[in-house]
Amino acid sequence: MRVRVEQTALPGIGVRHDLLTTSGRRVGVVTHRNGRRDLVLYDEDDPDASVADIPLTDDEADALADILGASLMLGQLSGLRQQAAGLLTEQISIPAGSPYVGRKLGDTKARTRTSASIVAVLREREVIASPDPTFRFEAGDVVVVVGTRTGLDGVSAILAGNDPDA
Amino acid sequence: MHDFTVLLIEVGALLLGLGLLGRLSRRIGLSPIPLYLLAGLAFGHGGLLPLSASEEFFAVGAEIGVILLLVMLGLEYSASELVGNLRSAAPAGLIDGLLNALPGAAFAFMMGWGWVSAVVLAGVTWVSSSGVIAKVLADLGRLGNRETPVILSVLVIEDLAMALYLPLVTAVLAGTSLMGGSIALGVAVFTVVLVLVVAIKYGGAISAMFSPKDPEALLLGVLGLTVLVAGIAASLKVSAAVGAFLVGIALSGQVAHNATELLSPLRDLFAAVFFVFFGLATNPADMPPVLLPALALAVVTMATKVLTGYLAAKRVGIAEPGRWRAGLGLMPRGEFSIVIAGLAVGATGIAPQLAPLATAYVLITVVTGPLLARVPDTPWFKAWLRRRAAAQRCEPLPATD
Repeated sequence: MRVRVEQTALPGIGVRHDLLTTSGRRVGVVTHRNGRRDLVLYDEDDPDASVADIPLTDDEADALADILGASLMLGQLSGLRQQAAGLLTEQISIPAGSPYVGRKLGDTKARTRTSASIVAVLREREVIASPDPTFRFEAGDVVVVVGTRTGLDGVSAILAGNDPDA
Repeated sequence: MHDFTVLLIEVGALLLGLGLLGRLSRRIGLSPIPLYLLAGLAFGHGGLLPLSASEEFFAVGAEIGVILLLVMLGLEYSASELVGNLRSAAPAGLIDGLLNALPGAAFAFMMGWGWVSAVVLAGVTWVSSSGVIAKVLADLGRLGNRETPVILSVLVIEDLAMALYLPLVTAVLAGTSLMGGSIALGVAVFTVVLVLVVAIKYGGAISAMFSPKDPEALLLGVLGLTVLVAGIAASLKVSAAVGAFLVGIALSGQVAHNATELLSPLRDLFAAVFFVFFGLATNPADMPPVLLPALALAVVTMATKVLTGYLAAKRVGIAEPGRWRAGLGLMPRGEFSIVIAGLAVGATGIAPQLAPLATAYVLITVVTGPLLARVPDTPWFKAWLRRRAAAQRCEPLPATD
């Protein structure tokens, strides 16, 4: 689970942090002395070379960190389920036979009907944080829901096609 | 009074011209150093339009320029960074020194210039231009590349080696006997090591003399300390440049950071003056005879730099393309080579052709170096590397069927 981040000093310039992703790509950040940060993506064929070197302002780096950090938090949220009294987190998968495969999140009207919120969708190892109502489900998606026990059961039933109201 | 008016006009016109040249160089993506040198050549003795009244001003300005170049270089590093780098990068630094200083020395002997010139020319061909190379790395988006720390550590070792080499050259040029020279060198090495130790242990205390919050006091304080130490170092025959470098090393933390920002514009101004002055001191008529030798020297020592970078990168496990990037990236010589040649101008035992040769040499490497640094990104070079790799894979395995 822990990711190995390599730190390399760049004398006279700053520091570089980089890591190798499970998918085999190398990503890094060059932090300049003056606070500037560059996001660096490495070439697949030539792992020593960066193909992209994207300078980020403080605000941009902050925003990017927020986006990346938010999805991490969602992952950790499921570990918190025992801690928040009364509020639970559950991961519900969308079965191939669900009536919502290929349909929009908004169509489920899950929040208005159960007061539980769909806070994220996990799709092929990717986390889609805060999906909006136009988000379309696919078979195999796992939906992260936060709510009360009855709320979660309600969402579970809706997604499985056993609409309590239908 | 009249002289003063002429001085203002000359200095003003020249600085304005340099400003325009600097803008032009940025537009075509070139270092401004060669253009400043050419400007100096044009306005010096025997140039297109010799300047008369402002010579002294430029001489003093050039002196300050060298001091500022070196103190800024020192500010970029902390003492622990320099020493920490030393152990891991020493082999690369050694290869660098051998491969690049020796051709310069050998060349001077071949020209029959004597050993004093050989020591100087060795330095000129040895040191890459940290300023130009760092700029090229940033321009080409290679700061994140994995061979970049290799390049930077070679530069760091060179900078550190300069702290020992410059006092040596100063002693040699002062015309002292072998005995006197070795004493001067001993004093220099002792001073440099002492300052490094003090900087590592008490760098914080020295920095605490200054407040990073008050820009005016910080600017005056750091500039004052630098010039003072540079002067004392020069009077001890340790070279003013080294004194300034060591002050830069000793300052650290927020003080160093803020001082860098404050001094940068001053450095840009006086460094430009320094390059112009070096050009001023060279008669353009001396250039054509040394052009071919300079070209030959440039070709040889640019090749040895490529080899240096290639080997240094190979040593830390960088793949083939990265080795070429490291090698081709290290070629430009610049400010340091000019500083070294500048020390030698007019000294006894120095061949008069050395200064024009150094000018031509720096002009060639600083213009072609950054251009050649782009070669590893070209499709034909990548294709060549692939063919080479394929050939190497096939060779050791003869067909078995």
